[in-house]
Amino acid sequence: MVLQIQKVSKKFGNHTAVNQLTLDIPERGMFGFLGGNGAGKTTTFRMILGLLDQTSGDIRWNGKKITQKTSDHIGYLPEERGLYPKLTVKEQLIYLGELKGLRKQTAQQELAAWLERFQINHYLNKRVEELSKGNQQKIQFISAVLHRPKLLILDEPFSGLDPINVEMMQDAVQELAEQGTSIVFSSHQMNVVEELCESLCILRKGEAVVKGNLSDIKHSFGKKNLIIHANEALDFLREDSRILAFKPLANGCRLQIEDESYAQHIMQQLQDRKIFIRKFEIEEPSLNDIFIEKVGETYE
Amino acid sequence: MNKFWTVLGHTYMSKLKAKSFLITTGIAILVIIGIANADKLADLFSNEEGDEVAVIDETGELIAPLQQSVSEVDDSLQVKEYDHSVDDGKEAVEEEEYDGLLVLDWNEEQEPEAAYFQNDATESNEEMIINQQLQQVKIAIATEQAGVDEATIDSIYDDVVFERIALDESAKTEEELNEARGIVYVMVIVLYMAILIYGQMIATEVATEKSSRVMEILISSASPVTHMFAKIIGIGLLGLTQILVLVGVGYLLIANKISEYSEGFFDAFGFSSTSTSIYFYAILFFLLGYFLYATISAMLGSLVSRVEDVQQLILPIIFLVMIAFFIAMYGLGQPDATFITVSSFIPFFSPMIMFLRVGMVDVPVWQVGVSIAILVVTIYILAILGARIYRGGVLMYGGSRSLKDIKNALVLSKKEK
Repeated sequence: MVLQIQKVSKKFGNHTAVNQLTLDIPERGMFGFLGGNGAGKTTTFRMILGLLDQTSGDIRWNGKKITQKTSDHIGYLPEERGLYPKLTVKEQLIYLGELKGLRKQTAQQELAAWLERFQINHYLNKRVEELSKGNQQKIQFISAVLHRPKLLILDEPFSGLDPINVEMMQDAVQELAEQGTSIVFSSHQMNVVEELCESLCILRKGEAVVKGNLSDIKHSFGKKNLIIHANEALDFLREDSRILAFKPLANGCRLQIEDESYAQHIMQQLQDRKIFIRKFEIEEPSLNDIFIEKVGETYE
Repeated sequence: MNKFWTVLGHTYMSKLKAKSFLITTGIAILVIIGIANADKLADLFSNEEGDEVAVIDETGELIAPLQQSVSEVDDSLQVKEYDHSVDDGKEAVEEEEYDGLLVLDWNEEQEPEAAYFQNDATESNEEMIINQQLQQVKIAIATEQAGVDEATIDSIYDDVVFERIALDESAKTEEELNEARGIVYVMVIVLYMAILIYGQMIATEVATEKSSRVMEILISSASPVTHMFAKIIGIGLLGLTQILVLVGVGYLLIANKISEYSEGFFDAFGFSSTSTSIYFYAILFFLLGYFLYATISAMLGSLVSRVEDVQQLILPIIFLVMIAFFIAMYGLGQPDATFITVSSFIPFFSPMIMFLRVGMVDVPVWQVGVSIAILVVTIYILAILGARIYRGGVLMYGGSRSLKDIKNALVLSKKEK
């Protein structure tokens, strides 16, 4: 029960949007898609959904091709919000639910529960155009999950939401994952991906530059961050060629080092200079570091 | 199939409940009621007493026969003798006591001569009647003077006997032709309106869904082909509902007046005794015509990113329908022209023109068959092409609106194995 993407390419004329992408997205849990603008995230999603046909390669879900029949088990939240502005929340969600094979009554019960959960049940008979962006996004989300899909594809689900709503939506997504929904989502917000996803991939120009389990990725990245808080200026460390990056902080600095073992050497230097150390901590690299490193390369 | 009905039902119901639809239908009903009661409306605006013309007859002989002659044609027109001077009469006309002043006299050849005074220089109905009737009076006087008796005059003015007899036995008689002309006329106008109104509606629907980006969700739930045809048929049913309501209202109104109108209108337009086959063809060609243009409309609607651009892209369709309409209008007068025969095979014109021919001239069955076949094949090809373009088009956003878009949409939806 996995979503397999095998050597999938998509070309638009001469432009290659996705190039030989191979991914195994495990059942249950959350899979994060990261990538800059135009990296091929939305194109990949559209191919998974069958909206676009891949130029080459194969996409299978549970060993089968995704067709109109399986589409009832898939939920989709597109990057661009798409709702009927003139329809009321209720009409809208019932119609979209029915299109996913729900019966009218079931759709009605489900949507009532979701509106309650998002604390927007008083909008039931309001037209969507009267709602705020954030609330429209909630409606969009409900339309993607109303039919209890087994596979849920969320393209930038949290963009344009305030922190409270992000929290609310994250909880909902997490709960669905715990209930057994496989969730694939893309985001620019690294911290969100880091918080939610067990596995992820980073796309760059249609190719997966990083993929796999989050902790494995961090581990294999090798480089570590070293945070030092001290009473004196630490600028002399800038001279050290084995320190990859130096970022001054208010009361110290953050360094990127090739290897954990080099921390010992830095500690030695600090002691030699009799610097009073308030904090000396080795930190796992953040996803942000990895992203910038992997995607930033292309801009060099 | 289930989703087909969901989309169809949604399209139909949401449009049916829309205020714009209810208002348009309401206005159309009012217009029909207005037309059905046109005579009453006309009475409302015209003055009830009828028209009055003052006459100063210098001869003293002409007014009596003129009065009699006028009263035979139009009893609402009063021709009254006026005893005062011409100047007084002119004044009276200026003050609108009379609609006009007629001064009669003899000329040198002892023939009647008239001057008609009215407030403006336009030709009025009263003037026309009086002029004609005065002519009659003049003829009567002249013939009497010449000593010709009335029977001779009648025979001079009798129409010549001229009968058209078609040698082809299956050819339609003049009566049948008139009947057919009525139903062809109605069908052509209804089809023309339907294509313009509902074609536009389909294109706008599709463009609205696309511009609100809900389309991406829709076609990830139901296939674009299902979606497109559900939309076309949904709007088609909506159109049918609207037409039925209007026809129903019209029928009820006319049924009330059946006695008044049955002789004039119905005979002229021949609804009372037309054969059933023509209704069958009317429905068949109507549906084919609708599908042809609806498919193109849906396809074009899927190409634009903004609803505002629909108008521009749909313009060629409107031109095509208008051309078909004008050909049909020409064909009503000359149904057997070569030009008409040729256009009855061209798919964009054939729904109107072939129907016109079937109704008005004797068309060999194979020709009807070929025309329908060409039409069906065209619809089929357009449907396949339309579905492909639709599939690609709905994911395509951007400013340009050109034929290149069609190509791009096709490329985007291309299945590569």
